[in-house]
Amino acid sequence: MSEQQLLLEAHAVAKHFGGVKALHDVSLTIRRGEIYGLIGPNGAGKTTFFNCLTGLYRNEGGHFIFDGVRLQADAPHKAAAVGIARTFQNIRLFGNMTALENVMVGRHLRTRAGVVGAIIRNPATRAEEAGIARRAEELLHYVGIHARAHDYAKHLSYGDQRRLEIARALATEPKLLALDEPAAGMNGTETEALRVLVEGICRDGVTVLLIEHDVKLVMGLCGRVAVLDYGEKICEDVPAVVQKDARVVEAYLGGSVA
Amino acid sequence: MNGRARPSSSRQRHWLGFLLLGVVLLAVPFVAALGGQAWVRIANFAILYVFLALGLNIVVGYAGLLDLGYVAFYAVGAYAYALLASPHFGIHLPFWVILPLGAGLACIFGVLLGAPTLKLRGDYLAIVTLGFGEIVRIFMNNLNAPVNITNGAQGITLIDPIRIGDFSFAQTSSFLGVTLSGPQKYYFLLVALALLVIMVNIRLQDSRIGRAWQAIREDEIAAKACGINTRNIKLLAFAMGASFGGIAGGVFSAMQGFVSPESFSLMESITILAMVVLGGMGHIPGVILGAILLTGLPEALRYGIEPLQRALFGRMIVDPESLRMLVFGLALVLVMRFRPAGLWPSSQRRRELAESAG
Repeated sequence: MSEQQLLLEAHAVAKHFGGVKALHDVSLTIRRGEIYGLIGPNGAGKTTFFNCLTGLYRNEGGHFIFDGVRLQADAPHKAAAVGIARTFQNIRLFGNMTALENVMVGRHLRTRAGVVGAIIRNPATRAEEAGIARRAEELLHYVGIHARAHDYAKHLSYGDQRRLEIARALATEPKLLALDEPAAGMNGTETEALRVLVEGICRDGVTVLLIEHDVKLVMGLCGRVAVLDYGEKICEDVPAVVQKDARVVEAYLGGSVA
Repeated sequence: MNGRARPSSSRQRHWLGFLLLGVVLLAVPFVAALGGQAWVRIANFAILYVFLALGLNIVVGYAGLLDLGYVAFYAVGAYAYALLASPHFGIHLPFWVILPLGAGLACIFGVLLGAPTLKLRGDYLAIVTLGFGEIVRIFMNNLNAPVNITNGAQGITLIDPIRIGDFSFAQTSSFLGVTLSGPQKYYFLLVALALLVIMVNIRLQDSRIGRAWQAIREDEIAAKACGINTRNIKLLAFAMGASFGGIAGGVFSAMQGFVSPESFSLMESITILAMVVLGGMGHIPGVILGAILLTGLPEALRYGIEPLQRALFGRMIVDPESLRMLVFGLALVLVMRFRPAGLWPSSQRRRELAESAG
């Protein structure tokens, strides 16, 4: 596979908390334009991997190469700056800001106005501000919650909050969108709508990394899937193969009694 | 807040409100002067505190960083003015040099305080900033030996008033048939400065930076994930708030003609914070109200309690000074008990508190 096709390479990423090895030399590669699934039982290290990738944790071993460049993500905002946006397992919105304002915060990274601009409101700043609002509205349309633009984020329904978080992440113009259990707590209809949305995002050129508990969703959506168990990658392949892998079945259903 | 259209009738009412406010602001120094220049001075302090409280509002109200050492920046600005425009060193720079200099110096102190406290929040941040405020005050108190810089506890006297050419803010003069005393002139200067800080507050609130502050206040980790460099944005809040404190300090110096470390005690920091919290954190009209009430109320009590006691009991029963603090404290407790979001909170703040209480 040529370098051009790879968006993210994780090389032997390791992280431990005290004596607990949360990640043990996890290596994986994500190709441009695919939807890549990361699954595993509770506590397998999926979110830890996410947090290392997005700079929230610092991994003790290994490294990431993103878009051909070694990732120096020692701070989350730097990860966002190179083009990795994420959502959180337990939705983290700015609850007392409107949906629109939430997405506008996402534009922070790609805009420049400082204090002086804010105070004197020169034409450039006003134009930029209008652009921020316009783009934020577009993104709310895109994820389908434009009708709730002026409602406070915490008053949105659960499914809409998930969508809003995705819109906010997209506002940072990511190359890789990392979704941490986006379907958690959703009913069947909401999950189906989410599937359509994620497929659309991928079609529009954003690579998606998906952590998910809902195996059915992952199998239907992802091109390739990696399975983590006790911090180790036990399998990486297309869904059909992963589903039949003996170690995966064991990890999910429990092994034979020793 | 953002681009919500206002019906034109309410816009007209808006302008009428502004007009009325303008008339009141113009009338205050003349009405107050009927009761003596002391009352004009009280009005001046009320506006100076409006200025300070709105400066602190940027740090506490917008960015949500609890700062108990705000008075340190006020002190830095005051001493910068005092040292550069008094016989103490024999330097007499004009105010338009010193005020920006004082603001810049306070700004540097803001960053100095901000840098080591970036990872702290809430209670811990409050303790560190409290310590910082005390350090600055104690420095002012002790920087008189081996080299006498601040003149210690005696403070610095004979500070130059603000002067533009021959026009001094300290003397009475008259133009266009209107006679203005020194304090009355300072009043108009302070009103102009207060309007400036109000504009800055309003404009920052609805800007990219203001949104970033609010995002940090709401959820710092999510703000980072959105690509906000929280370190820089927090430092910016400290620096902005501090520079306003520095300007206020400079004007205070010029107006009083005298500064000493006593003016910059912890109590002062707490009072300014109380103005912000009592009025309505993050809400500009609320903070203004808080500042005016907390400056005016103690003065009203000071002048009101003695005659009231004499009228009621025919003699003084309680020392007015102690009763003043009692009433003051009681008022704070009552407001916080019955209006926890402040006297005039923003709709948003009210929601936050309603949610966390319910």
